[in-house]
Formats: sequence, C-alpha cells, structure tokens
Amino acid sequence: MAEEVKPNRPPVDPNSARYKLDAIIKKHYQEVWEAKERGEKIGWCASNFPQEIFQTLGIKVCYPENQAAAIAARGGGQRLCEIAEGEGYSNDICAYARISLAYSKIKDAPEQNMPMPDFVLCCSNICNCMIKWYENLAKTLNIPMIFIDIPFNPDYTVSDAQVEYVKAQFYDAIRQLEEITGKKWDEEKFKEVMAISNRTSRAWLEATSYCRYKPSPLNGFDLLNHMAVAVCARGTVEAAEAFETLVEEYKKAVAEGTSTYRGEQKHRIMFEGIACWPHLRTTFTALKNRGINMVATIYADAFGFIYDDFDGLIRAYCTVPNAMNLELSRDKRINIAKRNGAEGILVHVNRSCKLWSGFMNEMSRQIGEACEIPVTSFDGDQADPRNFSAAQYETRVQALAEIMEANKGGM
Amino acid sequence: MITLGIDIGSTTSKCVLMKDGSEILATSLYNGGIGTGSPEKALADVLSSGGIGMSDVSCSAVTGYGRSSFKGADLQISELSCHALGGRFVFPELRTIIDIGGQDAKVIALSENGKMVNFLMNDKCAAGTGRFLEVMANVLQLKIGDLETVAARSENPAKISSTCTVFAESEVISQLANGVAIPDIVAGICESVAARTAALARRVGVVEQVCMSGGVALNGGVRRALERALGVEIAFSPLSQLFGAIGAALFAYSKIKAGPEKEK
Repeated sequence: MAEEVKPNRPPVDPNSARYKLDAIIKKHYQEVWEAKERGEKIGWCASNFPQEIFQTLGIKVCYPENQAAAIAARGGGQRLCEIAEGEGYSNDICAYARISLAYSKIKDAPEQNMPMPDFVLCCSNICNCMIKWYENLAKTLNIPMIFIDIPFNPDYTVSDAQVEYVKAQFYDAIRQLEEITGKKWDEEKFKEVMAISNRTSRAWLEATSYCRYKPSPLNGFDLLNHMAVAVCARGTVEAAEAFETLVEEYKKAVAEGTSTYRGEQKHRIMFEGIACWPHLRTTFTALKNRGINMVATIYADAFGFIYDDFDGLIRAYCTVPNAMNLELSRDKRINIAKRNGAEGILVHVNRSCKLWSGFMNEMSRQIGEACEIPVTSFDGDQADPRNFSAAQYETRVQALAEIMEANKGGM
Repeated sequence: MITLGIDIGSTTSKCVLMKDGSEILATSLYNGGIGTGSPEKALADVLSSGGIGMSDVSCSAVTGYGRSSFKGADLQISELSCHALGGRFVFPELRTIIDIGGQDAKVIALSENGKMVNFLMNDKCAAGTGRFLEVMANVLQLKIGDLETVAARSENPAKISSTCTVFAESEVISQLANGVAIPDIVAGICESVAARTAALARRVGVVEQVCMSGGVALNGGVRRALERALGVEIAFSPLSQLFGAIGAALFAYSKIKAGPEKEK
C-alpha cells in the first residue's frame, strides 16, 4: 500500500502578519520561560487585568485563559477537566478554571506548557468564578494574589467614583508588585506603554473592522487566533506592527477582491460567545459548508482598549464586555452587527460561562429584533468537549442558513 | 408530478408521497429512526402504497436527524424548515408550531405569509422531549400510547421536576414509593413536559394559530397541559407526526418548480 504523501505547505512569508503574530505568541511563552530561568519572579494573569502595570515594570506573565484555550483546542480539555473533577471541583464550574487548576497540580500538559507562577494577577471584570479560581491557585501554590476589583457595572456609563475606586487599587497593585519583584515603577515608561497599547488597539480594531466589507477579506475565525496576541502582547511594539501589517493585508485583499475565507461567502453572521475550542473544526465546517462567514463578534471590541489618559485607561478596564450591563452590551453588539451587515446570529450558550451565557437568551432576542435578523443558539463549552452535540449544532446552523436564504428570496 | 418527503428522526422514520404539491398520495411511519433499517422500510412501504416506483418520483427531499446519512434523496433540508412548511400545509392559518420529537423540542414562529422567521430548540438536556416520556413510561411499566388515558384519570397531578430526565426519574420512583396514584404521576409527567416546552414557546412568542407536531403531539395529556400553560388552543392533526415529511415533499415540489430541468 502506497504511503500517503502529504502536500508540502509553502513556508509562511516572514513579512506576513500571520508569521509575525505566530512569532509573537512563541516569543511570549519563550520570554516568560527565560525570565523564570533567570530567577525573575513571573506571574499568571487574567486576560483583562491592566497589562500596562506589568509591562511598565518589565515583569513577564502568562495567561491561564490562553493556555486553557490552547489545551482545549489541541484535545487535552477533557483530560485536565477530569483531573480537576478528581480533585473535587464541580463540573459546573468554568472549564478554563478546571484546566488551570488541574495544570497547577500536574504541572505538565504537552498541548501547552507554561512556567509555574510566583504570583497571580486577578481582576473581577471577567467573572466572579475567576476570583475563586485564582484564590485557589494562590493557596495551593502558596504564592501571593494581587487582585483588582472592577465590579460589574449596572449603569450605562462608568462613574467617577468607580474610576477612583479602581485607580486606588491600580496603585496598590503596583506597590505590591514592586515589593514582590524588586522592580521599580517608571512614569515615563508607563506613558510609553500606554501609547504602544493604544497603537496596538487601534490597529487591532481597524483590522477587525475589515469584516464590514462584502465579501469580507478575512475568515472571521481568523480573529479567534489573532486575539491571543491582542490579549498577551498589546503593550508591545511587535504586536502593534503585526496588526498594522494585518491591516495592510486586508486593505490589499479588499482592493484585489481576495479573502482568507475560501469559497463563496453566501451569508454573514454574528457569532456570539467564546469559541467552542474543543470542537473548533466541527463548528467552523458546518458554517463553511453553507457559505457562512463570521463577520461580527464582540471579541473585536473586547481587546481594543482605546484611551487618552490614565482615567481613560481605568474607564476602559471598567467597560470590558463581561463587566457591562445588558443594555450597553446589547447596543454595542447591535452596532457591530449593523455596521458589518450580519444577516443572522449564532449564539454559543457556553456551559462554562454563566456570566456571558446567563443573559444571552434575552440579549440575543433583543439584538435579533433590533437588527431584524434570525437568531439561533447551541449548547457548547469553551473547553470541556463533553458539553456539545454535533448533530444539534448542525441542525441549528442549517435552519439558520435556510432562514437567511429565504430572507434573500432563495428558498 | 410526484414528490417524496423522507423524515428520519431519532425514534421513527416517516415518508410521504405528494402529487403536485397539493395532494397526499401515500404515507408511511415506522418505529426506529437513524441507525436502523426503518428508513428503508418506510420508503419501500410508501412507494408500494402509492403504487409507484422510485423512477416515478420527480424529486425527493430528506429531513430529520438522519438526513445527512441517508443517501439517494435529491435535497437535504433541516427539520425546522420542513415542519414549518408541512404544518402550514395542514393548517393554512398556522403561526406557531410546537414540535416535540424523540430527542428534541422546538418552537417555530411563522410570519403571516407562512415563512419561518424564528425558532428555538431545547438545550442539550432530554427533559421535555419524547425520550423523557419514554423513560417515564418505562419506569411506570406503561406503554407510551397509554399515558394520555392514564393521565385523564388523575385528580391531583403530582409535581415532577422539569429540569432533568434522570432527576425526574428518581422523583417518579420516590412518588411511587410514597404511594402516589399512578394517574397523578402520569399527569405530573405530562405537566412537566408542558411546563418546559411552554417556557420555550414564550421565549419565541406565541401567536395563534398554534399547533403541535411530532410524536408527543399524539399525547393529549401533554397537549392539554400545554394549552393550560399557554392559555391558547392547540390545534391537532392526525398527520402531526408527518409534518416533517410533508414539508420535505413540498420542498421537493418547489425545487422542481424553480428548476424545470429536473422535472420528469
């Protein structure tokens, strides 16, 4: 029997955005490992913790959420979830938390390793589960936890009182990190980091805005990969440059009528929720088979932190998607869906994320009504593969495609 | 012109032959859905009943959970679209369909002109589906078809959880152990299915005329409990289990009309 010959993939152009973005992720992990080997104190950090703090101090951190997503996407989610459940953690809690807590015990996962932390950086603008997750990491690893409380905002705008409350904790986090690491705060460096972060965020938002073109120059699922850089490296010049390259590539693709989405783009949807990492191929293929491209996602805005000054920085962290109320969340999504011409909404009811999924039924109903587009949802999970049914997903996506087709007079 | 609709569900297989998209020529229904020999039996049966061969069929469409694995149909359509079309064929004023099949429950909203505009399906849990009723009937050693008549004898329906099939099963066993009358337990089971489905229907928005489709529609106990829960009359047709197959046959017909090259 002849051996299967795999086609040689052409090498990735080192000047391309994809090459640069991949290199940033590799460098990110490598730098943390190297810092650890040099004897520097390194941390594990929540994705919405103000990265300007440790960037300014020159402290290296890595992100358990990114790690958990990578482990889940590479097939290790269930193994680590079951280890955590064996430790007594309920399978009702977040699968990112379970994977991270399992990793803190076994300290090795070939899907994505990272060095063990000397401290953890947590904030509450993601969810409350994260606080307990990080407290348990700190307790079991016997390391300090630095916590910034950024409460869920029931109001439409961020009050001055909330800014003061968070700002005071921001200063305290700096003081604690100086004590732990021996590194010193530098105001000039802080201004520089803020400027770079803004530059990166602007480039990220501009790149994601290219989804508005018809056809879109990008496969929307590309953003799920690129987002890792927006999370872990937005305070670096390399990230700013890589996203600026991405913008140039999309600009050229629009001019030339090309796209990273292969095939005809028949329908445009908003995808709501975190990716179903363990079943990324299945969830993507069902869309791809029907010519559906994701052109709208709140992720685009989630890691685009634009601000003019220090107060603005604080306000930006008080306005991340998981910390804002239903009305503001809804209006932001309506704007994205309308701007990018979404014709339907596919909602991932993520069993891991009570916060994101909890008000999703009502919010997606309101968005669907405001945009006059159909909405459907499927059960899944960001990292636990057991919470997804491929047959149910397939049926719902097909029915959504049929409604979008009928709305265009095609059925 | 003859078209064929095939609906392969999780627990049954159904076929419908239609003439010119307006007249039902023959139907068949077999227990056993995807992964059994029933789809082929249902197909052979409907062709035999219609007195025709496959070569006489101008176009065929398959729907249901087994649609992807069934080879030989010209079209493959989701059961949502098929139930919408089939339901509207039977009830021309229909605006809301509540379909409870073997493994899922769905509520479909139709526009005034009959177009499917929205739908909602149950979550991953089997509570509120036909499977839920099957499990409960087994615990009570009743036939699923007898649930309606047994429920009708209830004087004080028991409270049965609608959250989870496994929890509900243990509740039923507890109720039996506590000496609760079987008719009251069965009525409680019907109310449990109705309560869960009613919540789904309210989220879609209930606009009359409302009908039920799918195998659970045959259970008058659930139908009446759902009527009470939603405060609307729920239309019923003996064809309710065939809406998906009828819709598929109608899709096949509209395909022929749109693309005369396939017409025989």
